[in-house]
Amino acid sequence: MPRQEPVKQDPAAPHQRQELGSAVVRFAGDSGDGIQFTGSQFTQSTAMSGNDLATFPDFPAEIRAPAGTTFGVSAFQINFGAETIRTSGDECDMVVIMNPAALKAELPELKPGGLIIVDTGTFSERNLHKAHYDDNPLENDSLAPYRVIKLDMTAMTLEAVKDFGLGKKGALRCKNMWALGFVYWMYDRSRQPTIDWLNEKFAKLPDVAAANIAALNAGHAFGETAEMPHDLHGFSIGHADIAPGEYRTVTGAEALTWGLVAGAKLVGLKMTFCSYPITPATSILHYLSNLMEYDIVTFQAEDEIAAICSAIGASYAGSLGVTSSSGPGIALKGEAMGLAISAELPLIILNSQRAGPSTGLPTKTEQSDLYQAVFGRNGDSPLAVLAARSPSDCFNVAIEAIRIAVTYMTPVILLTDGYIGNAAEPWLIPDMDTYERTPVSFRTDPEGFKPYLRDERTLARPWALPGTPGLEHRIGGLEKDSETGHISYDPENHQKMTNLRMAKINGIAESLPLQTTEEGADKGRMAVVGWGSTYGSINRAVSALRDEGMDVSHIHLRHIWPLPKNLGDLLAGFEQILVPEMNTGQLKTLLRDQYLVDAQGLNKVSGQPFKIAEIESAIRDRLEN
Amino acid sequence: MNVVTPPEKLSPKDFATDQEVRWCPGCGDYAILKAMQRTLADIGVTKENTVFVSGIGCAARFPYYMATYGFHTIHGRAPAIGTGVKLANPELDVWIVSGDGDALSIGGNHLLHVLRRNVNLQILLFNNEIYGLTKGQYSPTSRAGTRSPSTPLGSIEKPVSAAALALGAGARFVARSVDTMQAHLPYVFQRAHEHKGTSFVEIFQNCIVYNNGVFSQFTDKEIADDNEIVLEHGKPLIFGKEKNLGLRVKAGFFDLEVVTIGQNGITEADILVHDETNRALANMLALMEPPLFPVAIGVLYCQPAPSYDDGVKKHKDEAKAQGSGGDLNALLRRGHTWTITD
Repeated sequence: MPRQEPVKQDPAAPHQRQELGSAVVRFAGDSGDGIQFTGSQFTQSTAMSGNDLATFPDFPAEIRAPAGTTFGVSAFQINFGAETIRTSGDECDMVVIMNPAALKAELPELKPGGLIIVDTGTFSERNLHKAHYDDNPLENDSLAPYRVIKLDMTAMTLEAVKDFGLGKKGALRCKNMWALGFVYWMYDRSRQPTIDWLNEKFAKLPDVAAANIAALNAGHAFGETAEMPHDLHGFSIGHADIAPGEYRTVTGAEALTWGLVAGAKLVGLKMTFCSYPITPATSILHYLSNLMEYDIVTFQAEDEIAAICSAIGASYAGSLGVTSSSGPGIALKGEAMGLAISAELPLIILNSQRAGPSTGLPTKTEQSDLYQAVFGRNGDSPLAVLAARSPSDCFNVAIEAIRIAVTYMTPVILLTDGYIGNAAEPWLIPDMDTYERTPVSFRTDPEGFKPYLRDERTLARPWALPGTPGLEHRIGGLEKDSETGHISYDPENHQKMTNLRMAKINGIAESLPLQTTEEGADKGRMAVVGWGSTYGSINRAVSALRDEGMDVSHIHLRHIWPLPKNLGDLLAGFEQILVPEMNTGQLKTLLRDQYLVDAQGLNKVSGQPFKIAEIESAIRDRLEN
Repeated sequence: MNVVTPPEKLSPKDFATDQEVRWCPGCGDYAILKAMQRTLADIGVTKENTVFVSGIGCAARFPYYMATYGFHTIHGRAPAIGTGVKLANPELDVWIVSGDGDALSIGGNHLLHVLRRNVNLQILLFNNEIYGLTKGQYSPTSRAGTRSPSTPLGSIEKPVSAAALALGAGARFVARSVDTMQAHLPYVFQRAHEHKGTSFVEIFQNCIVYNNGVFSQFTDKEIADDNEIVLEHGKPLIFGKEKNLGLRVKAGFFDLEVVTIGQNGITEADILVHDETNRALANMLALMEPPLFPVAIGVLYCQPAPSYDDGVKKHKDEAKAQGSGGDLNALLRRGHTWTITD
């Protein structure tokens, strides 16, 4: 048994590390190379070293794509720095390439002059052929615009772990840790969090843990000792100016999960989470299934319709019903949403949007379900729609969605997307004792009880649970009398009920904070209006142009329906309104309809988030000409 | 100490609402409604703890006429909504009311899964072999050749047997009755209510407008005795006006046959005894139909197993026992955290 090498402090660097304000690094390799693990470990260590960061995991739809193919390339991008980071970065400063297919797929992401760290050990005839390379790009001048560091990581990993008896296949699985160790050296990160993680993950396989740690250390040691080309001596990135407190990294799916748990607790409800697996929404089901101790029941239904229907049944019986899906599944839930609107029951519907139509691009991000959320049901069927802007924002948006659902007895759709769900960022962990607790009060008094007699302020009907003596009543999807809830075919009653349902949802706006700008003045030459995951790109672009003196502001909507009540007035203060969206112009249409403003779209549906530069250039085009 | 006064016993009338019943005059649903109101009074349940959940169709109006809690939902989805009600509050007594179109056509998937999961609720399937509310199209239980507005030349589809489908889905309680059997219906309802897990009851229900007399081949008074067999657990499977017909296992086959007691040396001892716990027998009984066989009425199968609700409760209790008390601040701090200082 070889001795596990203790982690050494870096010896006094013979050369000075190069100072950087921020860096964008992308790890890329085969689906089986453990790229996502590598990326999340680098994220953890980077967060702990005091940088701000944002990540973008970009993995293929195939579970086990054929090895060595370009469509099997899995990538993980991280933007980190001593400054405020809002996006995962437009262009990469460095790519870590584990095979020829990854080089082929990822080279367009690298900026000219950028660094390529490449495992030469995988550049065999066969792998080059699979990646459709006629010539070995490492041996011709095709990579001349970049700085290339060629390392035979395969051989060096095999050497580092040879004493652990893993066999060649097992040994090669440590290669990602070798690469990680090397990149840790390059950016002066601590290996300790990863060593702890490996020991925990492979607690039952100590040889595997030790081999991975040996590979990690070997990669790091190589960086320390080897003479690197291009006069490279590693980089150093200062601490970001981050508010003091306890932090963790969080993905959107995690923050959403915890927000639901917290939101239900804050209103004193148990939660029944009913879902059918669908990419990219499934991880929420996985996370919540492990949280039953928080008064949560999860139910994997037989289909999307059963998922929402069982959630409605749960809300009817006094739990907080939650269902979760992505666009195609949300389409299937439409009829049942109408039932929840008609029965006026609280319900949370999560939509982790993905590219459509139909099955579309399941693992690629888009924000093209805004119409579906606001309008996508039969009849006049209003409900509330919210959108989260970033991974950590999911937490508070989930709490807000629950507040609205139980206060107004209404279904609420919460929009996130594949990007927000998977991306990670550091999060200042909130103190839940500072959140207001407003327990729901169920109706228990039979005196004067009528199921559809409303609260004067909120227009919400009482929540009267089966099991309560004296409140027995019948409800359903047929039109109901505006007080008794009995079936009513009376034309005037239908007019009244339609008006009431609309007034109730519109009235939510009374409880919303007034819309403010994220950046810039509340009047001027241009407002860039966004919603959802475009937040980071828009914010960076607007900040940068404001630094140049441009008169541009950023408005970002959390409440898509109803819209904040001052939004029309706010928009009226701008000469131009630009709406960047990862769809063909859905919020733009809504704004034009609601406020008769000349909103212009900036639209992208490539399955990739906006680059900051794309938004900057759109703003420049409009303001400089 | 509080003195607990036993609740006043409710009468069938207490379970009726003030709503005008809107089924066609002569509809079999009236009889089923009456039998249900009587059953609930007899078994002494409370109105507040009872929930009727329905989908869409004529049968789905049922909850409006029961003075309990009621939820008239959307087409085919009542089993899913009922499941949600039980997930949130397992103490509630849930009855699903459905029809052959609602349960077996648009809602077929949900029926399969609620049965397989064994959620502790009762499902009543009013089978009239026709779509009533949409004015008379053939349904999944309509016999081949059924002429209807959508099959003017006769249906070319084979019907599904509701009871056989339920057994195939793993139901642990499958029973049948007929709308006109006013003594038998409450018995079946009571048995269904007693059973822990999903109880599935198919009720042959006459649609007087669109499919009148579709069951008369075994329900007409004059011929019923020879064409239906009322099952009783532990009793020989004997039927017929003269009580001289019986079912026995066909020699050399995995099949049943109808024999006449007193002929060919057959005595009562040769007749098969009904065993509710025998799934293979239940399958054969479910598939019997005239003219070769009588239609089996009564409890075809009853073999309780742990319910879905039991499983959920077990997991909840385990999670609570192993958990850290459900503290939100602790949840948010699970895993790696770090502290930034000034």
